[in-house]
Amino acid sequence: MKRYSFLELAKNAFSAHQNWGRQWRSPEPKAEYDVVIVGAGGHGLATAYYLASEHGIRNVAVIEKGWLGGGNTGRNTTIVRSNYLWEESAALYNHAIGLWQNLSQELNYNVMYSARGVLMLAHTVHDVQSAQRHIHANRLAGVQNEWLTPEQAKDYCPPLNIEKNIRYPVMGAALQRVGGTARHDAVAWGYARGADALGVDIIQNCAVTGIRRNQNGSIEGVETAKGYIKAKKVGVVAAGHTSVVMDMAGVRLPLESFPLQALVSEPVKPAFPCVVMSNTIHAYISQSDKGELVIGAGTDQFVSYSQAGGIHITNHTIDAICELFPQFRRMRMLRNWGGIVDTTPDRSPILSKTPVPGLFVNCGWGTGGFKATPGSGHVFAHTIAKDEPHPINAPFTIDRFRTGRLIDEAAAAAVAH
Amino acid sequence: MLLIYCPYCQVERAEVEFRCGGEAHIARPSDPEKTTDEDWVEFLYMRANTKGVIAERWRHIHGCGRFFNALRDTVSDNFLTFYKTGEPMPTLETLPQEAGK
Repeated sequence: MKRYSFLELAKNAFSAHQNWGRQWRSPEPKAEYDVVIVGAGGHGLATAYYLASEHGIRNVAVIEKGWLGGGNTGRNTTIVRSNYLWEESAALYNHAIGLWQNLSQELNYNVMYSARGVLMLAHTVHDVQSAQRHIHANRLAGVQNEWLTPEQAKDYCPPLNIEKNIRYPVMGAALQRVGGTARHDAVAWGYARGADALGVDIIQNCAVTGIRRNQNGSIEGVETAKGYIKAKKVGVVAAGHTSVVMDMAGVRLPLESFPLQALVSEPVKPAFPCVVMSNTIHAYISQSDKGELVIGAGTDQFVSYSQAGGIHITNHTIDAICELFPQFRRMRMLRNWGGIVDTTPDRSPILSKTPVPGLFVNCGWGTGGFKATPGSGHVFAHTIAKDEPHPINAPFTIDRFRTGRLIDEAAAAAVAH
Repeated sequence: MLLIYCPYCQVERAEVEFRCGGEAHIARPSDPEKTTDEDWVEFLYMRANTKGVIAERWRHIHGCGRFFNALRDTVSDNFLTFYKTGEPMPTLETLPQEAGK
């Protein structure tokens, strides 16, 4: 792997940046791998990277139906935070925050992690109580989160409208300063380049069409568009299509897939200093380094694989944005799109072994998996390598739906993870 | 936004008048005492999440308020048919060729 540095940049300037070379190979699949990861999104690539870098398992393939980072990794609103209510979630997402801090250095790839702060607004008495409960729980769990009055929130985010005459006036906000944004594509590309350099084969445009099991029921390999590939272990990290892939192995999961939408505005000069979220009136907004306002909307109410949501869902979000930030009322929206998110009943992910020996699954991230990318890959690689969960993902089993030990972030926030 | 036909009101209305009730034809275990944990998991949490044609419940909350069922293709989001609660799920063969197109 060619290390990126200031010296390399200067050297390549002399050849007009024409000779940088490919960041990763496009290999043909080998006949057999120790581990096959299904899905080359951020989580899948991070899993492959940590399998190779932390566990010395380098005979790994990541198989992708489309192109790498082309699913939800390239479709989300790039928000990073860890202020979840329950200890299990706080530990998982805070593990990711720890890895985000140094990710650009570790991967030698600028993932543009920007800890600009995530402001979560409260609009009702219930919101205020719920936000403060989160803050107290977070502080006990060692997660940074603090309470701001409307005036302090306005200080932190000057475009915010804190007038009392709007439909849902701001009554305060929870601020997580280590939260922020990162460049979603760069995260996928950085992990892909790092994994590739350690010997991982990333096989794109190659759909998995079947999962083969032997007579004992354990994993034997995967059928793909490029032929049969033997595998000792298979990790499925297929986001919205997890149910479809796991069905090939005969495993049912408590998942439902919904379209989730996002949109961006025309690019403007820096006008918005942080991330603002409101669960109650459903709006997420930040400004990308390119200058576009990045806005997240909600999910549709029905199961769908269409990658396109209803226009009334985005309208609803735009209404909320316009009321909170009147200065954006005349901005034009440039693009909007949908991604398919796999949600669990308790809105917490599943990072787990399955009833099939050798088959592992990382799914159920719902509407908020991007923030966890490094942590998710890190603990899932551990689970696959050691055949047992890392202490951090031990509670995130499929079995929790039988034992009743749910990690009920759904009840904690009702929307938006 | 979907256009949905309510078989009780016998009118086609915009999606915002309706609430989706998830997968249809999931029966609550009739004898809770004898139901195993695995069967409760099936009933409470496991869903087909099919990529293709599914049967789902809708409720006309801003109309008659009644539940009914529909077959919908989850790739195109086109409805194939609507039918009243209690009626058997239509099989794909019995539907006209052009349904859902």
